[in-house]
Amino acid sequence: MAGKATRDGFGVGVLEAGKKNGNVVVLDADVGSSTRVKNFMKEFPERFFEMGIAESNMVGVAAGLATCGKIPFASTFAVFASSRVADQLRNSVAYPKLNVKIAATHAGITVGPDGATHQSVEDIAILRSIPNFTVIVPCDYYEAKAAVEAAAEYNGPVYLRLTRGAVPFVFDEKYQFEWGKVVPLRDGQDVTIFATGVMVDQALKAAEILETEGISAHVVNVHTLKPLDLEGVIRAAQKTGAVITAEEHSIYGGLGSAIAEVLAENASLPMQRVGIKDTFGESGEPDELMEKYGLVDKNIVEAVHVVLKRK
Amino acid sequence: MNRKRLESIQDLENQAKAIRRDIMMMIHQAGSGHPGGSLSATDIVTALYFNVMNIDPENPRWEDRDRFVLSKGHAAPVLYAALAESGYFQKEDLKHLREIDQHLQGHPDMKGTPGVDMTTGSLGQGISAAVGIALAGKLDQKEYIVYAVIGDGESQEGQVWEAVMAAAHFKLDNLVTILDHNRIQLVGPCCEIMSVEPAAEKFKAFGWHVIEIDGHNMEEIVKALTEAKAYKGKPVMIVAKTVKGKGVSFMENTAAWHGNAPGDEDLQRALAELA
Repeated sequence: MAGKATRDGFGVGVLEAGKKNGNVVVLDADVGSSTRVKNFMKEFPERFFEMGIAESNMVGVAAGLATCGKIPFASTFAVFASSRVADQLRNSVAYPKLNVKIAATHAGITVGPDGATHQSVEDIAILRSIPNFTVIVPCDYYEAKAAVEAAAEYNGPVYLRLTRGAVPFVFDEKYQFEWGKVVPLRDGQDVTIFATGVMVDQALKAAEILETEGISAHVVNVHTLKPLDLEGVIRAAQKTGAVITAEEHSIYGGLGSAIAEVLAENASLPMQRVGIKDTFGESGEPDELMEKYGLVDKNIVEAVHVVLKRK
Repeated sequence: MNRKRLESIQDLENQAKAIRRDIMMMIHQAGSGHPGGSLSATDIVTALYFNVMNIDPENPRWEDRDRFVLSKGHAAPVLYAALAESGYFQKEDLKHLREIDQHLQGHPDMKGTPGVDMTTGSLGQGISAAVGIALAGKLDQKEYIVYAVIGDGESQEGQVWEAVMAAAHFKLDNLVTILDHNRIQLVGPCCEIMSVEPAAEKFKAFGWHVIEIDGHNMEEIVKALTEAKAYKGKPVMIVAKTVKGKGVSFMENTAAWHGNAPGDEDLQRALAELA
């Protein structure tokens, strides 16, 4: 498998953003080697702030920096960048709509051996419910790098959800990140699979399997969960008349919920969700966890079989 | 730069009295709000806005201005009164505190109200933002000073101590924080709810330069703030001993007026005392 972790895309992207714009600053909570901000730290030591293991303060300090025209990227693990600091994100960043970017690495259960305390399965739901936040979940290294650079140019709060482990390349270095738009990756007629993050690769694999069964799947990468590309989602869903969502996150409040909300109000269609079924994770290797928690290609294929019966 | 600067202690005391009257009228009109903690911080906020701070009410986003963060955001009325009396917006606006479609929110909103440097209200968060503003000042080699007012009840929030630790770590001598030490919170005395004592010793132990003053003695306040802005090498904490509800006899030293609005008769009594 040729691939790289999306956190590596963040590390390179934020360095590029820092070269382009002197106002870009980075804050980290004693996980800088893991969040891949070390290169930024080496290149721009005066613009890097080690905040220690104090995430609430880190978010507040980032907000203060933003009031002075800085573009702070605050990075830590997704569990500590979301639920732990939900109130700081809400009141110090989102409400005043400050230009703070949250780089949430080690998201989802693919963190692996660290276990449930470190596996965020609810962060998208939390961030999606806070007004003014843009929520981006890149599907590969190149999309992560491009999304980080785009986020630096956008004025407002952004939550970037990133992985610890390597994910296969979906794009290459020529990829152009289009702000807020869904990205159709494979054309199909029978079923539409909306996927985000690491599940985009699984969706593409599922589409290959489905093809051998004579089922043509339309695969769409949803990198921005909020604000959701309503027009793009409705068009892609109506194209086939049956919908699957796939995410490495709880089926409550994430991509599945977001797509269901749009379809319920605009285009009632049969739909099945692939995701974490309202449970915590556990220690294990990422691929073992993906298998156990129903987040691999065959789970998407099974969901397609179910939804097609309802079509 | 066009701003109202008062030099004499007498003028500052008169200004503080006017702000206390504004606070009473605003909260009475609104029918809700926090008089106790607004009155305890009034002399400090008056000294900042009418003597110490380098500000320009006609240019509220001037990038070299001194900043003010009201971390105990529920004392919004004292900030709004100081901003209106300074000329950031019309005094007429004070009649519309906490009203729909108006800019004076129940807690400070930097997007809506001219002169508010940081949105606050969820306790413990403003001081972190003040640390961020001070860091930005150092990064940009600006001369501005960041002033923050925190509460003693607020200091029960863990985030306050994260921020206090960080300010000392980064040697933010451009950050001056004032503890409005009125010793009473919503339910009752801080020492009974969750003691933060010995407060001054705690800030010293966290690496701050600490100045202890009477938070209602204008001369001491101005002297301490002047000393604090010149202090080098450490952030400065002014532990200001204050009286909750200061200036309105029946509101003093009681939790009863933490978050209750004066009625018609209360207002008349208060204004008579503040005449």
